[in-house]
Amino acid sequence: MYAFTYERPKNVDDAVKLLKKADDAKLLAGGQTLLPAMKLRLASPGTIVDLSGIKGLSGIKASSKAVVIGALTKHVEVMNSAEVQKSLPALAHLASVIGDPAVRNRGTIGGSLANNDPSADYPAAALGLGATIKTNKREIEADKFFKGLFETALGADEIIESVSFPVPEKAGYEKFRNPASRFALVGVFVSKGKDGARVAVTGAGESGVFRVKEMEAALGKDFSAKAIEGIKVPAKGMIADLHGTAEYRAHLIGVLARRAVAAAK
Amino acid sequence: MSATGIGAAVRRKEDQRFITGSGNYTSDITRPGEVRAYFVRSPHAHATIKKVNTKAAEKMPGVVAVLTGADLANDKIGGLICGWAITSKDGTPMKMGAHPAVAADKVRCVGDAVAVVLAETLRQARDAAEAVEVDYGVLPSVVDPAKAAAKGAPQIHDVAPNNMIYDWHLGDKAATDAAFASAKHVTKLDIINNRLVPNAMEPRAAIAEYDQGNDALTLWNTSQNPHVARLVISAFVGMAPEHKLRVIAPDVGGGFGSKIFIYPEEVVALWAARRVKRPVKWVSDRSEAFLTDAHGRDHVTKAELALDANHKITGLRVHTIANIGAYMSTFSSSVPTYLYATLLSGQYAIPAIYAEVDAVYTNTAPVDAYRGAGRPEATFVVERLVEVAARELGVDPAELRRKNFVKSFPHQTPVIMAYDAGDYDASLTKAMNMIDYKNFGQRKAASEKNGKLRGIGFSTYIEACGIAPSQAVGSLGAGVGLWESAEVRVNPTGSVEILTGSHSHGQGHETTFAQLVSDRLGVPIETVSIVHGDTDKVQFGMGTYGSRSGAVGMSAIVKALDKIEAKAKKVAGYMMEASGDDIEFKDGKFTVKGTDKSVGWGDVTLNAYIAHKFTGGQLEPGLKEGAFYDPTNFTFPAGCHIAEVEIDPETGKTTIANWVAVDDFGNIINPMIVEGQVHGGIAQGVGQALLEGAHYNSDGQLVTGSFMDYAMPRAADLPSFKVDTTLTPCPSNPLGIKGCGEAGAIASPAALINAITNAVGHENVPMPATPSTVWKAAQGGMKKAAE
Ligand SMILES: Cc1cc2nc3c(=O)[nH]c(=O)nc-3n(C[C@H](O)[C@H](O)[C@H](O)COP(=O)(O)OP(=O)(O)OC[C@H]3O[C@@H](n4cnc5c(N)ncnc54)[C@H](O)[C@@H]3O)c2cc1C
Repeated sequence: MYAFTYERPKNVDDAVKLLKKADDAKLLAGGQTLLPAMKLRLASPGTIVDLSGIKGLSGIKASSKAVVIGALTKHVEVMNSAEVQKSLPALAHLASVIGDPAVRNRGTIGGSLANNDPSADYPAAALGLGATIKTNKREIEADKFFKGLFETALGADEIIESVSFPVPEKAGYEKFRNPASRFALVGVFVSKGKDGARVAVTGAGESGVFRVKEMEAALGKDFSAKAIEGIKVPAKGMIADLHGTAEYRAHLIGVLARRAVAAAK
Repeated sequence: MSATGIGAAVRRKEDQRFITGSGNYTSDITRPGEVRAYFVRSPHAHATIKKVNTKAAEKMPGVVAVLTGADLANDKIGGLICGWAITSKDGTPMKMGAHPAVAADKVRCVGDAVAVVLAETLRQARDAAEAVEVDYGVLPSVVDPAKAAAKGAPQIHDVAPNNMIYDWHLGDKAATDAAFASAKHVTKLDIINNRLVPNAMEPRAAIAEYDQGNDALTLWNTSQNPHVARLVISAFVGMAPEHKLRVIAPDVGGGFGSKIFIYPEEVVALWAARRVKRPVKWVSDRSEAFLTDAHGRDHVTKAELALDANHKITGLRVHTIANIGAYMSTFSSSVPTYLYATLLSGQYAIPAIYAEVDAVYTNTAPVDAYRGAGRPEATFVVERLVEVAARELGVDPAELRRKNFVKSFPHQTPVIMAYDAGDYDASLTKAMNMIDYKNFGQRKAASEKNGKLRGIGFSTYIEACGIAPSQAVGSLGAGVGLWESAEVRVNPTGSVEILTGSHSHGQGHETTFAQLVSDRLGVPIETVSIVHGDTDKVQFGMGTYGSRSGAVGMSAIVKALDKIEAKAKKVAGYMMEASGDDIEFKDGKFTVKGTDKSVGWGDVTLNAYIAHKFTGGQLEPGLKEGAFYDPTNFTFPAGCHIAEVEIDPETGKTTIANWVAVDDFGNIINPMIVEGQVHGGIAQGVGQALLEGAHYNSDGQLVTGSFMDYAMPRAADLPSFKVDTTLTPCPSNPLGIKGCGEAGAIASPAALINAITNAVGHENVPMPATPSTVWKAAQGGMKKAAE
C-alpha cells in the first residue's frame, strides 16, 4: 500500500466535495475489493473517502412491490434479512454464496455494483430483476448501468445510495463457483415478473454481466426448465481461462439457467 | 500403555501456544535496530541485465543501502548449490549452472532477485525498490519441460547445452525390453504430474544479525533443517565459518519440503547485515512466495506396463522429463531420480524395470522436494498403469493388484530398494471392506438414477521413508549423511530436556518425542521438553523431511535413553549399595533385583548431580548422554487408499463420496497425530488431483500467482475420511516405526484420478481434474459409450 489521505465525511454532499477536491480520490465501502488492490499496489488513490460515517446509506426496506437496499448494506445483512428471505429469497441466497464469512461481513452491495467485476454476483441480480440504482444524482436502470468490465454508468463524483429490486413472482439464482476464487465461474439469475422473464448471466461474458434474450422470450411464455432446454448460448464472447473454456462456460449457462428456473421461488 | 506413553492419543502440547497466538515465528522476532529488506525482482522470465541504476532509490527516505548482484560478487559471496550429485548415462556429472543469490548478468525466471533495498521500514524499502532502474535485454524463454531440450530452445545456463542437466537411467534396459517383446498385453499411458506451489501457511522469513565484537552472525529463519542451512551457507556460500554462524529456526508454520532448501534471501540477509552492521529482516509476502518458493512435481512421463497371459506384470518402462526450473535447488536432482525411479516397483513383484529421466532447466521457479518428493510421482505412474491395465484386461483392479503383490519379505526390487516388511493384501482387504466395495454397483446405480456418474479408484502405494542409511545415500550421490542425533539432558530434579536434530514445523514432535521419554523413563510428559532448531543448542542434526523424524530422529533418542538408563542404574546401585547390573528399571523406579529395595527417578537424578554416593573415580557425576543414529535401511510405509466419487456430468463437478485409507506405518507413537498427518496428506493429494496447478504462460509469467487463480483445497472440498491401519513393525529401527508424514499425499492423487476416470469412462483426465476438464472428459466418455 502507498500512503494516502483518509477522510470520513458525515454526509453525501461532503463526500462529493472531497471527491471533487482531489483528482485521485476513491470511495471506500467494505474495502473487500479496493483494499486488496491497494495492498498489491495495483490501486494507489491519493485520498480515501470512507463512506462508513454517513448515516442512512445502510438498511433494508421491503414492500410488496420492491426491496430497497442501502448501498452500505453488507452481504451478511442481506443474507440474514427476514424481509429479503420472504420477498426475494433468491437475493438472500445470492448474498449467502458471495465469498466467505469475512468477505460477507464487510463487503457491501453498493461496492459490488460500483465495482462491476465480471464474476461478481450482485450484478446478475440487478440485471436479472431489472433493478434501479439510485445515486446522489439520479436513478439508473440496471440495463443502462453496467457498461463492460469494471465499467459502470457512474460519473466520477457519483455515489450509489441505494438499490431498488422489484419483487418478482418468482426468481432463482444458480452459481457455479470458480474453484480458486469462489467468485462465479458462471452465475445465472432468472426471474418472472409482471413484464415477463429475465435471465442475467455473470462470470461468463467477456464484457461482463449480460441478458439472454432468447431464454427470456421462451420463459415469458412458459416459465419452466423445459422451455429453455434446447437453447444454446454461443461460446463466442465468453471468457476463456485456466478455470474453464468458452465452450464450457456457454454450456454452463444453459445448465444453470434450467436449474435456477426449477429452483425459482 | 500409560496415558501419555507410546500409543496414547495425547493432545498436542504445542497447540496451546499455536492456537492462542503465542507462537514464536521468525517474523514475530524483532532485533534492536533492525532494517527491513525488500527485493527488486525480475518481471521477465529470461533477460540479460544490462544496467542496474540504484541512485534514485538510494536517495529515498529511510533507505540504508541498495545492494546489487555486482556488490555480492565483489564481496565474493558464493552461489547456492544442489547437494546431490547425479550422473548421466554416459558417466558425465550433472550440469549445474551458477546460482548467485542476487543475479548480476542474467535473470532466468520471473521473481529472480536483481537488487535488495534495506530501509528503516518495509514501506520505505518497497517504495525505494520501485525506484531501482533495471535495464533488461529480454531473451526468449521456455517454460514447458517437454520443449526445453528441443532444438532452438533458449539456452538458460551455458554449462548445460540444450538445457539438459542430466539424462539418467536406472534398471536393466535389455531385460525390460525383452519383457515387453514377449508381453501378452501392454498398457501405455502419457502422464503429466502437475506442478504445485507449496503454500505453507507461514511464508518464508529471515532475520540476520551481525555481532561485530565476535565477528559472528546469527540467522533466524523458517527452516526445516537449520544445521544443513548453516553447513551450506558456511562451506559453499562462504559466508562465515561454521562456528561463527548460528542458525535458529524457531516455530515454523508448515514446510512440506519447501523450507528444506537454502534460499537466496537468507544468504542476502546475512551478507547485508554484516555490510550495514544492523540486523536485516526479510519476510516474504504471499505473492513472493508463489514466485520464489521451490515448487513441486512437474513431470512429463511416458509409461508402459507389460503383462503376461496370466496377468502377471513382467515389465515396466518409464521415460520422464523432469522440470528443474531456472536453478538447481538444494536437493532438486535427487527428487526425480533416487526418490522416484526407485519406487517404480510399487507393491508389486516386477522382474524388470527400466526408467530414464531427463532433467531440464526452464525459465520457471526452481522445483524441488514437496511432500512426498518423487514418491507421489512414482505412485501415480504405477497405480494409474495398473488400474488402466485391469480395465483393458476386463479384470477387477483389486484382483490384478493382489495377483502381483510382493508376498514375501525381504524383497529386492530391480530398482535398488529392498522392502523389509509389509502385508499388502491385509491393507487392501481391510480397505475394501471399509468402503463396502462389493456393494459399489448398487451405489453406482443409485447415482445413475439421479443423473450422476459414480466411480471408484484404488491406490495401493508404497514409499521409502526415514531417508536413510548414510552409506546408501552416499553411494547414490548424496552430499550429506542422513542419520540423526539426539542428546538427553536430565536435570537434578528429574525433568528432562531432549535436544534433537529433527525439526518440527507442524508435526507435533514436542508431544510425540515427549511420549517416548515418558514411556521409557516413567516420568510425566509435562516434565519433558523438546529442544530443536538452534545450532547453538543442538550440536548437529539433519532436520525433518522424508517422514524421517519418527524412524530416525526418535531412534536416536532411544539410543541416548539407553545410555541414560545404564548410567542411572549405576547411580541407583551406589545409592542402594548394589551392583549396577542388579538394578532393574521400570515405571520410573529402580529396584535391586529380587529385593523390595527401590529408589525413585527423582532421587537418582539428584544423586547423579550431588554425587555424594560415589567418588569421581567410580563414576562421572551428571546425567547427560548423546547419540547419533544411522538406520540400516529405508523404511517402507505402504497401504491402500480407495476413493469413491460422484460426478455431475452436466457441470463436471466431482464430489468425493467416500474415502478410505488403510496404512501400515509400523508402530505408532500417537494415533491422533498420525491420523492428522493422514488427513493433511490426503487433503494435499486431493489438492493436486482436483484443484492445484501452477501455470506459466508462454512468456514465463506465473498465471496462477495468487489464491484467486491457484485453487487450494478447503474443508468443503473434502469428505469425512475413514482411516485405519494395519501393522507390520519395521525391522530396521528400534521402535519399529515406518513414518506417516507423506503417505496421504503420495497415495491419494492416483486413487482419485482412478475413481474419476472410472466414472467418466475415459482415461484422459489430466490433473488438476477441474470441473471444466472433467466435463470435457465426461463428454468424451459418453461419446465413446455411444459408439
Ligand atoms: C476473498 C474474496 C472473495 C470474494 N468473493 C466474491 C464472490 O464470490 N462474489 C462477489 O460478488 N464478490 C466477491 N468478492 C467481492 C466482494 O463482494 C466485495 O465486497 C465487493 O466486490 C465490493 O464491495 P465493497 O463494499 O467491499 O467495496 P470496496 O472495496 O470498498 O469498493 C469497491 C469499489 O466500489 C467503489 N464504491 C464503493 N461503494 C460505492 C458507492 N456507494 N458508490 C459508488 N462507488 C462505490 C469504490 O470506490 C471502489 O472503487 C470477494 C472479495 C474477496 C476479498
